[in-house]
Amino acid sequence: MKIAVTGLNATDNPGPGVPVIRSLRDVPNFDGKIIGLVYDSLEPGIYKEGLVDRCYQIPFPSSGLDHLFERIKYVNEIEKIDLLIPTLDSELYSFVKMQDKLKAIGIKTFLPTLEQLNIRGKDKLFDFCKENGIKVPKNILVTSINDLQKIPNQLNYPAVIKGIFYEAYVVNNFDEAVTAFGRLSIKWGFPIIVQEYIKGDEFNVVALGDGRGNTIGAVAMKKLYITEKGKGWSGITIDDICILSVSKKVIEKTKWRSGMELEFIKNLKTNEYYLLEINPRFPAWVYLAPAAGQNLPYALVRLANGEEVISFEKYEIGKMFVRCAWDLISDIKFLEQITVKGEC
Amino acid sequence: MEIYSVPANLAVSDSGFMFLSSTGETFTLNEIGQTIFKLIQQGNSLKEIEDKILFDYDINQPSLEKDLTDFIKQLLAYKLLEAK
Repeated sequence: MKIAVTGLNATDNPGPGVPVIRSLRDVPNFDGKIIGLVYDSLEPGIYKEGLVDRCYQIPFPSSGLDHLFERIKYVNEIEKIDLLIPTLDSELYSFVKMQDKLKAIGIKTFLPTLEQLNIRGKDKLFDFCKENGIKVPKNILVTSINDLQKIPNQLNYPAVIKGIFYEAYVVNNFDEAVTAFGRLSIKWGFPIIVQEYIKGDEFNVVALGDGRGNTIGAVAMKKLYITEKGKGWSGITIDDICILSVSKKVIEKTKWRSGMELEFIKNLKTNEYYLLEINPRFPAWVYLAPAAGQNLPYALVRLANGEEVISFEKYEIGKMFVRCAWDLISDIKFLEQITVKGEC
Repeated sequence: MEIYSVPANLAVSDSGFMFLSSTGETFTLNEIGQTIFKLIQQGNSLKEIEDKILFDYDINQPSLEKDLTDFIKQLLAYKLLEAK
């Protein structure tokens, strides 16, 4: 079986591709081939020996769906890909839209529908949670600096200013809000989300839905170390029933068909959990799930193949991950090949 | 006679390292903390713990009483102990 995976940008803002592949390679007797699909010739995952069997550069989705599809079609003519696992937020809309075309050329996917993808969008999450009795921070959507004037009326400072896809800043006054608005709107477009700031500890859940409302698996994690970019650099599995049951409820209500990450914050004052975000793909820390006994990426492969997958019942508590910056040594020939030929 | 119990979601190792599995928080007990915690785990009341410590260590009762009360308060605040 040949599985193509994106998101090999294992940088200080890591993509989930490397841990997804690592999870698959951990399966005893795994005899599949992994095709790495990269947007940049310096995505670290392709330099890690033994991680991908072949790699191809693909165009950014912003260059147009036809362009992206033509390139994947070319790769498929050579590799005969069985399954494609896109792992980045910013590319998911494109791959969801291309699902049928990919299927027509023999490439399976296991993705949510466009409607499901939209429900959990950062601009729609508040309404979804309110409808389903899930605690969520107040938020407002803004499209102009004038809209930011609403913050003192509808929310209080400090507030969190978030981009529609990535990045968030905690701002303490109007001037800081304007600066964050400028940065995020240039980078990620509109709307910008202004969210109530809740002080507390961060907890995350990685989960997999089968598309029929069932949760195939879910693992809860407390971040132990967070980088300046807000990325979890270390974490530990925990057995909090509350956030696991909210996660199952989200999968049930959305009939989620793919991996997902749910981000929670526990209010320091009230000890109540608030759902901050739902990311529509596996997180970069997904390798903790197989390490704790739930190989969710492999379960996704099996679901995509139409197999009946029995839900995981439990996982090991107290299993930790700690990231490590480790220099990979390569040769200029490798960089030349991927840069000039777009494949290696 | 106050008796306390250890919550089910707390794992305590022989080295005094504590892991609260519901929140992911970790704590470390020093030597005397470990001794007291073991006595609590064995189901001793505060008075019984006080008597044992007074017997084993060179400490006066008023100091011990105060320190023990503070220690129990901290354990309760961090949810490392439950009142029975």
